[in-house]
Amino acid sequence: MERGYLDMELLRFTTAGSVDDGKSTLIGRLLYDSKSIFEDQLEAVETASRNRGNEEVNLALLTDGLRSEREQGITIDVAYRYFATPRRKFIIADTPGHIQYTRNMVTGASTADLAIILIDARGGVKEQTVRHSFIASMLGIGQVAVCVNKMDLVDFSQAVFDSIVSEYRVLAEKLGLRNVHFIPISAKLGDNVVEQSTNMVWYAGQTLMELLESAPIGKSFTDASLRMTVQGVIRPMSERFHDYRGYTGRVASGVLRVGDEVTVYPSERVSIIRAINLGEHQLTETQAGESVAVQLADDIDIGRGDLIASGKAPKVSNEIKLKVCWFNANPLLTGGRYIIRHATREVQGIAKSIDYRIDIETLTQEPAARLEMNDIAALTLKTSASLVFDPYKENRTTGSLIFIDPATFETVGAGIIL
Amino acid sequence: MNSENRNREKMTHLRELEAESIYVLREVAAQFECPAILFSGGKDSIVVTHLAYKAFYPARIPFPLVHIDTGHNFAETIEYRDALVERLGAQLIVGSVQESIDTGRVREETGYNASRNRLQTTTLLDTIEKHKFDAAIGGARRDEEKARAKERFFSHRDEFGQWDPRNQRPELWDIYNGHKQIGEHFRVFPISNWTEMDVWQYILSERIEMPSIYFTHRRRVFQRDGQWLAAEECMKLRPEETVEIREVRCRTIGDISCTGLTISRASSLEDIIEEIASSRVTERGGRADDKRSETSMEERKIAGYF
Repeated sequence: MERGYLDMELLRFTTAGSVDDGKSTLIGRLLYDSKSIFEDQLEAVETASRNRGNEEVNLALLTDGLRSEREQGITIDVAYRYFATPRRKFIIADTPGHIQYTRNMVTGASTADLAIILIDARGGVKEQTVRHSFIASMLGIGQVAVCVNKMDLVDFSQAVFDSIVSEYRVLAEKLGLRNVHFIPISAKLGDNVVEQSTNMVWYAGQTLMELLESAPIGKSFTDASLRMTVQGVIRPMSERFHDYRGYTGRVASGVLRVGDEVTVYPSERVSIIRAINLGEHQLTETQAGESVAVQLADDIDIGRGDLIASGKAPKVSNEIKLKVCWFNANPLLTGGRYIIRHATREVQGIAKSIDYRIDIETLTQEPAARLEMNDIAALTLKTSASLVFDPYKENRTTGSLIFIDPATFETVGAGIIL
Repeated sequence: MNSENRNREKMTHLRELEAESIYVLREVAAQFECPAILFSGGKDSIVVTHLAYKAFYPARIPFPLVHIDTGHNFAETIEYRDALVERLGAQLIVGSVQESIDTGRVREETGYNASRNRLQTTTLLDTIEKHKFDAAIGGARRDEEKARAKERFFSHRDEFGQWDPRNQRPELWDIYNGHKQIGEHFRVFPISNWTEMDVWQYILSERIEMPSIYFTHRRRVFQRDGQWLAAEECMKLRPEETVEIREVRCRTIGDISCTGLTISRASSLEDIIEEIASSRVTERGGRADDKRSETSMEERKIAGYF
């Protein structure tokens, strides 16, 4: 057996694209050229292409999920795709690109380490490029791969590519996007997707696949301050473990180490980590991302929703400024009441004021009295109890929250704490 | 207990997937009153059960295992199930499709391709109703089938058990919203992000004991529509079909009528992994229930299937 497989890392990336810009074709190409397509899947797509009268195998059909979508030829939700190369395993959050699906793009971007931004070489930077880039920036995605697609339709021209690159750099600067990579591709023909293009010898950089295989994984938050939100308490109440009391949770950032001093919020009681368990194993330390159970040296009152922390102190407040993306057809109104879920904690919240709405195609701010579905705005939120948090740009877990409608229990909005 | 220092190791994808799944299982325990694990005896539900064991150790798994028994199960599956329940000290609840047939809740399909797979949905919904389960934890994975690619970890079902693909709650970051109205319930899929390869690699790295039927064995089989099926009593053979003895194994386990067998000599987990790595057909490619139409999984899901 290949030793390599057990040693692979996981990269999560997101794509956004509209019907015509070749996003489904690009994903189909990544899956196809990395040999992640099985014979029965390919057979099904060949049949479907033939039935539709397509001459070539339509790779886009590989990723179209539900019948309702296939009939309309659009992607209406976030679909997750999986593939692996000998070096890495990948999860794609594949989202639609139109403005009415902003919420889906935000959802897909929320867990991504990298975003692919597709630009049609014939059109250059457009409104939707701005939109997708804005979302990548707001959701704190650390790496952006700008793929200039359909290079075959502009004679593989370096001048066209260069001019799009300089145009995009201005946008990236404005949005504060770091680690932006530019790749000229043809998803349809495969140039620079997995295989180096022979049509664009002037491009000496990485193919998209090479970039995906080497991009740093954003989850390496081990250097940051310790944050673990408590999910629950394990008390076996059995003879063998009758004193056992383990606090469960996933380490969001930092290192959990036996013997270290930690502070529990909101009580701000201090204790020492006595033991860390993962199933039957005892660990001396863990890194960010692990789900464990922690035993403390002191018998202090800890429950679901508390935060175990060390290092830089988190912020504590019941009035919070955040950026919000609204998800629901029922608008958010000033004074509206919601259930706020922040990590594993729930409190009541009131939308105190809408500070401004952002037009995500022009990036301008404008006043707003209400937020409609897909709107993005800055909001001041008042909560029934203080939240313990970090700014989103420092910590995705302690810096994010969702709005739940108290009548329908739907998830109606997403909040990014400033 | 053995001690280890894991900090210098990197966070491999298997460890990340494990951590994500354990997180989801603990959210289920915290957010629902009466959750249950749907246990089919297949590898995916075995992995989910193992993850639940790790998530709550040293306490017992805080959910019963629910098995929807079509009555057409491989004997090996039932033996394995009973031994596992015994070892974990878990509670087992069996929902019987035979009982649903006997009480007239469903009507048995007839003909050569008759399967009880579709009938399971009614038995499942009845079992959920009877025990008032508000969350049913399943081993489905998004990579299995097109209709599952958009499934949520916390999948909302209305009071008829139906899945509305257009009315699913967005899931952002690792925040899961399990709030529900009276009568509604959730399906929860902790290993949504795993692939078939991940599942086997994890089974190997955790040394999880598996039902013998996953490994090569000699069995009475027959061929139908290019697939090998088990020649068990519940299968009705067409006149032109003949029984042979072959060395086979299961790649995925459903009930007998829809479990395609693979001609294989894989006798260890390492062999299985090697076989999958070189395989060019998806695991569900062997399942008769998916072949009925291009969108058959979507239709079954909307009706309330796992």
